[in-house]
Amino acid sequence: MSTHHQHSFDERFEFGGKAKTYSLIGIVLGVLGILFGFIGGEHGIQNTFSNLLLGSYYFVGVCVAGVFFLAYNYVAQAGWSVSFLRIPQAFARTLGIASVILAVIVVAGLLVKHEIVEEGKKVMAPYLYAHWATPGLTDPKSENYDAIITGKSAFLNVPFFFGTLIILLGLYTFFGKLLVDYSNNEDEVGGMFNYNKSFKISAIFLVVFGFTFPIYAFGTIMSLEAHWFSTMFGWYNLAAVHVSGLAVIALTLIILKQNGYFSWVNESHMQDLGKLIFGFSIFWTYVWFAQFFLTWYANIPEETVYFYKRWEPQYKWWFWLNIGLNFVAPLFLLMKNDDKRSLNRMKLACIIIIIGHWLDYYLMIMPGTIEKEHMFDLVEFVQDMAIFAGFAGLFTLIMLTALSKFKSLIPAKHPFVDESLHHHI
Amino acid sequence: MSSTKYILGCFDDPDLMLDGISKLQKNSVPIYDVYTPMPIHGIEAKLGVKESRLGYAAFCFGCLGATVIFSIVYYTLVHDWPMNIGGKPNFAMPNFVPFTFEWTILFTAFGMVLTFFFATHLFPGRAPRVMDLRATDDRFVIAISAKGNTPHDDITRLLKEAGAVEIKHNERKYVSYE
Repeated sequence: MSTHHQHSFDERFEFGGKAKTYSLIGIVLGVLGILFGFIGGEHGIQNTFSNLLLGSYYFVGVCVAGVFFLAYNYVAQAGWSVSFLRIPQAFARTLGIASVILAVIVVAGLLVKHEIVEEGKKVMAPYLYAHWATPGLTDPKSENYDAIITGKSAFLNVPFFFGTLIILLGLYTFFGKLLVDYSNNEDEVGGMFNYNKSFKISAIFLVVFGFTFPIYAFGTIMSLEAHWFSTMFGWYNLAAVHVSGLAVIALTLIILKQNGYFSWVNESHMQDLGKLIFGFSIFWTYVWFAQFFLTWYANIPEETVYFYKRWEPQYKWWFWLNIGLNFVAPLFLLMKNDDKRSLNRMKLACIIIIIGHWLDYYLMIMPGTIEKEHMFDLVEFVQDMAIFAGFAGLFTLIMLTALSKFKSLIPAKHPFVDESLHHHI
Repeated sequence: MSSTKYILGCFDDPDLMLDGISKLQKNSVPIYDVYTPMPIHGIEAKLGVKESRLGYAAFCFGCLGATVIFSIVYYTLVHDWPMNIGGKPNFAMPNFVPFTFEWTILFTAFGMVLTFFFATHLFPGRAPRVMDLRATDDRFVIAISAKGNTPHDDITRLLKEAGAVEIKHNERKYVSYE
């Protein structure tokens, strides 16, 4: 090849030092947070389960976004992104473990039950998905029979729900693995063979993903409040998953670059990543608002109950903060070209978006699963943060381990690698 | 004194023209402008063209659009003639979002087009003025102001050395399509 670059393509990522220490500290914090929750009585256990679901959903979301990013870049025949494709590839490699963790938490949440009093009747409700998985809801003879849930039981029953979850996550993981394997094989044999296969698999993945992701979001998160539904919810979650995944990709890239890796990534790459993050932050807001607006305008009680809960004093300030962090902040932080090109500005914006989407998921999960009495409970908040730190640490540990297994940090025989190295806008 | 106003070096190859720019710059000959039939990557940086301020204009027009429609709808629906629509409050903020959003975009788009027309002297119906007609076809043109200190013969020689197929000493700045 006739490239005139001064970069070492044999550069491998060494995982150790501070990165490893911090990720292990994060995991220890997470474990402490979980243990603390389990000695905190029913409320503490509920908070732990809700946070575990939040964390693992976020974890899977970021990894799925890695596969999604790979796929649409292949299908668009995009050249600019090749120089850092290893990062989403590392995400794709992490997806398998993330899926297993989510599945385990969902099973545990369905199996571990506690007694609650619902409308004067005592029932044994699971900690997660109590709105539809509590025994007797679909049994006409039971005293807590619920006609609405019965009507939805073709979708909301444990075998179908769990089966769908496993099949979909398995599919996404499988597609992610194929794309990584093709890329690794391409590094050995070169040529167009693997690229063409990646293109085909990516196109199939996008069709599968587009149609099934809403089902995954409906099942895993929306069914926490099973009486309510929104057809926007799947897209709303896809937007959240995508933009938070992009923010994590960019943040990983920036931190690695600031530590001396990815010397070939230039400010044009950052600007393009910044455009995607900026654009999809706006898209997230668009979908978020569309869901809110239609519900508000139609004003049908069974729909508005969802936002009514989030308008209670416990959540109202979070509700507004959500818009601030995920819309207003990226809008003004990333509007100018120069800002997208600045590593520090991008870093700040990515951190805000990552925290913002934690809050976004928090607002999807908490009001439907836990009764909060205070506007702000410091102990609970510390536990929330500890578990979030745990998942962040776990993600960092597994993802960076996956990244260190690549023989080089750039797919050197990718057909568009030259285009990406000379990327200039 | 010569009546030449501008010296134009016409190239038939963009790479030769870029060489020409380098040669002129090396000899401290200030370049007035460069005209090419298609965009040439990185030429702004080479010529030291200041970054476009169109983005600032876009932002201002966006803010203007948002303010205009917000004011109109506030005046009509909230202040002047409040109506009960579906039991909603008169000043129903969520309702205000879609059209504020749309007008922000509308004003931004139209405003940018108008700013571009203004900056480039292009208006519908006005014959565009160019320094060399073939710069819109197959010639890459470097324009140099003849009022500088460099002797005209030196400029001509530099352009010729760089591979210019034609060198013009124009007495008028623009030719028109009219």
